[in-house]
Amino acid sequence: MSDAVITQEPARSAAVQSRAKVVARDVNVHYGDKHALQQVAIDVPEKAVTAFIGPSGCGKSTFLRCINRMNDTIPICRVTGHIEVDGRDIYDPEIDVVQLRARVGMVFQKPNPFPKSIYENVAYGPRLHGLASTKAELDAVVEDALRRASLWNEVNDRLDQPGTGLSGGQQQRLCIARAIAVNPEIILMDEPCSALDPIATARIEELIDELIENFTIIIVTHSMQQAARVSQRTAFFHMGRLVEEGPTEQIFSNPKDRRTQDYITGRFG
Amino acid sequence: MTDIPASGPAALRPALDVTSDAAKLRIRARYRSERRFRALGIVALSLTTLFLAFLLVDVIRKGLPVFTAHSLVLDVTVPQDAIDPSGRRDAAAIRGADLYPVTRDAMKAAVPGVQGRSAERTLTRLLSVGATADLVERLVAEPQLIGTPLRTRLLLSDDADMFFKAKHEVTSAPGRGVATPDGVSGTVTVTLSEPGFAARLAAVKAAHAASAQVLRLEAERSARQGAVERAKDAATKADALAAKAAAKDAAETLDDTLPSLLVALGGGLVKIETLEASRATGVVLLPFAEAKAYADWRIVAFERPASERKITDQEIAYLEHLRATGKVEAHFNTRFFTSGDSREPELAGIRGALVGTAWTMLVTLLLCVPIGVLAAIHLEEFAPKNRITDLIEVNINNLAAVPSIVFGLLGLAIFLNFFDLPRSAPLVGGLVLALLVLPTIIIASRAAIKSVPPSIKEAALGVGASQQQAVFHHVLPAAVPGIMTGTIIGMAHALGETAPLLLIGMVAFIVDVPQAITDASTVLPVQIYLWSDLPEPAFQQKTAGAIILMLVFLFVMNAAAIVIRRRFERRW
Amino acid sequence: MTLLYFLIMALLTAGAFVAARRRAVAVAGGHQAALHSRPNHHGYLAAFAVLLPMLAIFSFGMPFVERAAKSAAFATMPAEITADVLKRAVATRDIENFATGKFAGEAPRAVKEAAAALTSTRENGRATVFGLGLLTAAAGFLLVRGRITLAFRARNRFEAVVRIILIACAAIAVLTTIGIVFSVLFETFRFFFDPSLKGRPTVSEFLFGTEWNPQAAMRADQGDIRTAFGFLPLLTGTLLITLIAMLVAGPLGLFSAIYLAEYAGPRVRGAAKPVLEILAGIPTVVLGFFAALTVAPLVRAAGERMGLDVASESALAAGLVMGMMIIPFISSLADDVINAVPQSLRDGAYALGSTKSETIRRVVLPAALPGIVSAFMLAVSRAVGETMIVVMAAGLAAKLSFNPLDAVTTITVQIKTILVGDQEFDSAKTLAAFALGFVLFFVTLVLNVIALQIVRRYREQYD
Repeated sequence: MSDAVITQEPARSAAVQSRAKVVARDVNVHYGDKHALQQVAIDVPEKAVTAFIGPSGCGKSTFLRCINRMNDTIPICRVTGHIEVDGRDIYDPEIDVVQLRARVGMVFQKPNPFPKSIYENVAYGPRLHGLASTKAELDAVVEDALRRASLWNEVNDRLDQPGTGLSGGQQQRLCIARAIAVNPEIILMDEPCSALDPIATARIEELIDELIENFTIIIVTHSMQQAARVSQRTAFFHMGRLVEEGPTEQIFSNPKDRRTQDYITGRFG
Repeated sequence: MTDIPASGPAALRPALDVTSDAAKLRIRARYRSERRFRALGIVALSLTTLFLAFLLVDVIRKGLPVFTAHSLVLDVTVPQDAIDPSGRRDAAAIRGADLYPVTRDAMKAAVPGVQGRSAERTLTRLLSVGATADLVERLVAEPQLIGTPLRTRLLLSDDADMFFKAKHEVTSAPGRGVATPDGVSGTVTVTLSEPGFAARLAAVKAAHAASAQVLRLEAERSARQGAVERAKDAATKADALAAKAAAKDAAETLDDTLPSLLVALGGGLVKIETLEASRATGVVLLPFAEAKAYADWRIVAFERPASERKITDQEIAYLEHLRATGKVEAHFNTRFFTSGDSREPELAGIRGALVGTAWTMLVTLLLCVPIGVLAAIHLEEFAPKNRITDLIEVNINNLAAVPSIVFGLLGLAIFLNFFDLPRSAPLVGGLVLALLVLPTIIIASRAAIKSVPPSIKEAALGVGASQQQAVFHHVLPAAVPGIMTGTIIGMAHALGETAPLLLIGMVAFIVDVPQAITDASTVLPVQIYLWSDLPEPAFQQKTAGAIILMLVFLFVMNAAAIVIRRRFERRW
Repeated sequence: MTLLYFLIMALLTAGAFVAARRRAVAVAGGHQAALHSRPNHHGYLAAFAVLLPMLAIFSFGMPFVERAAKSAAFATMPAEITADVLKRAVATRDIENFATGKFAGEAPRAVKEAAAALTSTRENGRATVFGLGLLTAAAGFLLVRGRITLAFRARNRFEAVVRIILIACAAIAVLTTIGIVFSVLFETFRFFFDPSLKGRPTVSEFLFGTEWNPQAAMRADQGDIRTAFGFLPLLTGTLLITLIAMLVAGPLGLFSAIYLAEYAGPRVRGAAKPVLEILAGIPTVVLGFFAALTVAPLVRAAGERMGLDVASESALAAGLVMGMMIIPFISSLADDVINAVPQSLRDGAYALGSTKSETIRRVVLPAALPGIVSAFMLAVSRAVGETMIVVMAAGLAAKLSFNPLDAVTTITVQIKTILVGDQEFDSAKTLAAFALGFVLFFVTLVLNVIALQIVRRYREQYD
């Protein structure tokens, strides 16, 4: 294959069971002289929610940003190791990072709608990737994304108004709608609720539950309760290392590592 | 307190004293110096404000008269003969016609007693050489008007125009007693029934006395400095003047260093050359009907001495007559905006400079905005942070502080000499100014781009936009108000820039309005410089007028920048 | 011709965009998402492939054609005309006028021949540029079109081109500096060391000579006037006017800044800031007019009333107005550095019982001193490089004098005086202007670099 585009072939990696969507091995990240992430290895299952938890500065966000190569935008950041999505190494120089990011969507910590209309916010991605060739198609894509982000009923009468005028929770759902409008396979969520009030948080969590039908979701969260509520699997990061990873119930009820135990019982964090 | 031992270093420390008289004095002195320091700041700000006010008032006072012009309104009939005896009425014939006899006759009809060629010349020279331009164009447009009397405006010359613009040059007071001239033309003597000129004579004597005083002082100063010749000369002159002043009733000969005195009687005007208390001798400037006794006569004075003005008594007499008979009209000076430069002040306009400025600014804008913005994007968003980028940054900051005339040298050596581009052209002017304001625009654009929060870019990257798409689709539009503000300020700077344009030859005297960016042309600030160098007072006025126009442009541009900043700039 | 070229260029660019876009859509065959890049990217790439080479060929080709045309015209002229600068300038104008049909009267045969050579070379050259432009445009388009496939990474290619354009734009700022350095340095070098140059001075004659009389080079036939390129009187003149300006602007600007930063309430600030901004925005040609026609006569009248001999173009008048020009400059820079002094320093002084002015004098100003010094240095560099005020209000004759009532001349005035009007690039006089420009550039550069460096250090200290 001369032109390596990530294709939709089934995963060929022999390392793990066939349902692993993202496979990481020996991932190390350096910020300048700082060794921010050391020897991370993890398999992320398809169509499930995986939560990354851990104290601040433990490297969970850094690792998340490796999965869609957002770290590329930081000049001093250096990533080594091996991350596969559907069996393709995403750090392969042949990979087009832009297409990777279309397949691996991202929702950020603080809602960051474009200073444009609600419609334009959602339509930007599909337009960018040529997902709709007519206005009607684009309208349909936008509506679908807003519905799936359960925002449609609240905004369908004011699609031409600026997205920055919405409430914080609505803005974050708009960002989720914007991410799912390009129909990615994986959605990365970097503490999506940390800037929101409890009611808005609850809505987002409900939404995450609905989204796993179609998407693989990886969520970084500060809140253990949230991880317990929304995720099927949980990974605990500490001091730049992945300490422990497993089914959520097991991590919270019966952690194998001492540090995990200390963290979830509130000894540090 | 009592616990503290009285011995040790603490005992040597003086107690804090705030109550004794000396301390109070000290405090008071400190507060005085506080007030002085504060006053210095107020004085500095006031002086700066005063200077600015003085500058603006001075320019506006000097320049406002340029927006009015004075013309004669006369009924002029242009006969077919004057254009072409054979009856041609086409534009070329009309434009080529010599209308001098026509205007001369019209003016002679308006002013009585103009006889002989030299008087005719004096009279017609009051008109601008381009006085008939409007009339000609009207005839070209409507040739059927040839041969019919037309009420038409004939533009006055700059000297005549300036005379009407200067206030209070002519004063007039009723004369006492009865005045009797002994003739109606040439040199006449006017005899009064009582000493009606006595006050005027006294004024002349007083002026002599004052001049004598000044000359004495000058003589003393010259003597102190050892300039014996000059001292002696001044002393002699002073003595002569003092003697004249002392002789109370002696006749005075009026020369051109004194205000001109005239006698107005019977519709005519006599300029006094020799003055006595009840008798005056002079020449007739405007004729009167007969040599009889006039009870109703006036003393007229042209206050500015003839040696200090560019216009003779005879000319003033004609102009005053024309004004008194309602033939002079002040009107808005449209020509100032519609014509190019000229050697004749009353014909010179700034259209050429305005169009040249427009071309130059167009070239500057088209070059420096895209280049400046793209460079800013590169430096802010794409350039790796390394030594080369650092160097570029230092270089841009320094370039912003390089004297503008050095950019002129660059333009001369590179664009004119090396690339052989045309001299005096808006193309080269625009190129040089673009390089000049480029640092300003890069710095402003970088600041605007930097103020857009990175989360916007991340959001775009997150949905799969490339770095460039994220920047061009989201960061740049959000930075546009800031970039526009910076651009307007940069362009305002370019609009007022003069020195580099002098070096690339935009100082040529150019009458034509430029039609393209390669035509020779000048720009507004250079036109100001050129006019300010010319000796005619009318050009000084034009200079100030052009400055007013330029300041208005700059004011509008800066106001626009402020409005954009207030209304569109987003606080994140 | 130029218009036609640009018209065709615009049409071809638009056409290439549309054609490549269509082609991409056709290749995709209804599955747009299957294309690696959007059809628009294919279009942009094709448009660039047409536009850039056409632009490049035009902007490099046309000046080349002009040069060739001119040398072809001179080739027909006798050497005695082409060798003499003035004659050559006259001939150039005649030939140009004849070629464009503006020649008044009957042209001599030589002019006609030269004009014919000029016209034919020019037309041929332009036709070549035209043809080359079209050819490269076609080649560029075909190259892109042939590569349009599903997998062709048009966006990446297009972005690479954009990246190059961005870098080129950033490089223009550097090229400008290089251009300045190259042009002044090259001519300055010739001024001192070109052996074919008549009347060139040695470096030490230039630097330490006390007589400046470049005009004499033009009237060599008039005998007794000796050409002299002694730089000292210009230096003293420049320094004198700069000193007067700084004596005005230094205290006024600094005290304004202190008052605005430390004492003034929002209302005074709101009123004073626009005053300073307006003053800063007034073009120097306006200030020059004001200096020459209003301030200079006032200074002269005041001086004469006091019994002093004042030149009508006194350094004092020019310096005063230049000082006024610099006030807002110093005041805004000083305002910034004073505001950058941390409040904690002031609080420390107040807590010891200092009055406000004592705090400012003993604590704030010493802390802000590096910034203020650099503001003054930038202001001096501004004053040294200012042209229009001195051109209009200062003298022309070089005089070694420190009397502010004398007429002195400055470096910028001499550059302007020498270079305005007809000039020849091989006379010592013209090159002298470039040597002055070099001195000016060098001096201001050193001042700026040091000042900016100090400011940078100062900012780091309090950030």
